[in-house]
Amino acid sequence: MTVTPELDTLFRSAAIREGVVDVRYDVVDSPVGELLLAATDRGLARISYTVDGGDVELARAFGVRVLRTPLDDVRRELDEYFEGRRREFDLPLDLHATGFQSEVLHELARVPYGHTDTYGHLAARVGKPRAARAVGMVMNRNPIPIVLPCHRIVGANGALTGYAGGLHVKRALLELEGVLLA
Amino acid sequence: MMEALAVTIPPFERFYLQHRDEVLGYLRRLLGGRAEDAWQETFLRALRAYDRLEHGRHLRAWVFTIATRVAMDELRARSPEELPDDVPGEELQRPAYRELEHLTAELPPTERAAVVLRYGYDLPYAEIGAALGSSEEAARAAASSGVRRLRRQHDGHA
Repeated sequence: MTVTPELDTLFRSAAIREGVVDVRYDVVDSPVGELLLAATDRGLARISYTVDGGDVELARAFGVRVLRTPLDDVRRELDEYFEGRRREFDLPLDLHATGFQSEVLHELARVPYGHTDTYGHLAARVGKPRAARAVGMVMNRNPIPIVLPCHRIVGANGALTGYAGGLHVKRALLELEGVLLA
Repeated sequence: MMEALAVTIPPFERFYLQHRDEVLGYLRRLLGGRAEDAWQETFLRALRAYDRLEHGRHLRAWVFTIATRVAMDELRARSPEELPDDVPGEELQRPAYRELEHLTAELPPTERAAVVLRYGYDLPYAEIGAALGSSEEAARAAASSGVRRLRRQHDGHA
């Protein structure tokens, strides 16, 4: 006895309508590989390049009522971004960050499309000019890459240094935005 | 160390994917064409309660319990229920059950659920009792009474 796609969709829609889901997610294709997208009622909460086991991580972070459903708004804005038709995202975010991490991510959000900045500058902008390494850690754990553009943050010498999705993805995103790389 | 011993609750999505087909099959056996609404109601109830589970054990029995309650509500709303006779248990063998299964639609709701859970899904009587909101003994009696009724029907048809 197999549940039909129609019945499955009816259930998932009813569950979302009832508001009894802690976090919803979907896995989508993109020019930089598969992405796991997740959102709570408050907004976009995760974009991850690691798809396998993503649901378990979401359950730990947001609660066990994890359900897969299409996230149409997020998907549409990402598609527009990858097609070069969108330079800023207009999505509510559910950012569970506090203190230093929160300050850094808010500064990061202000780095504009098509520009790069350095770990050191970002550290200075939150009043901790010597904390470039700690800023690097925050970038490494950025819960919403692409939308919070940690790919725009590079080393003082212009080196790409690192990226959760791999350096080739960081390079691809910067090239998409028209940044000339050495 | 206690952390490691506890059975963690899987994300609801995994629980749902693991049990959705089997639960639909069960509800079809109990409710026929009315199964789909009951199936959706079963998983909505499971989802509402899912964050109050204390561990990830017995999830299969748990969802069958919910499905049974939903089905009982549906059946009781539509047909008068007969109380199961209080009689000693009578066990069926699986091949015998397969021969009689098509007749379960004619059983009273409680007997039907007890027989299908026992012989169709191998649930122990303690869990069937929990699903029916009764004791293990009452579940055994309901299954037993259902089996005898099935045999009588079968002989009557034969």
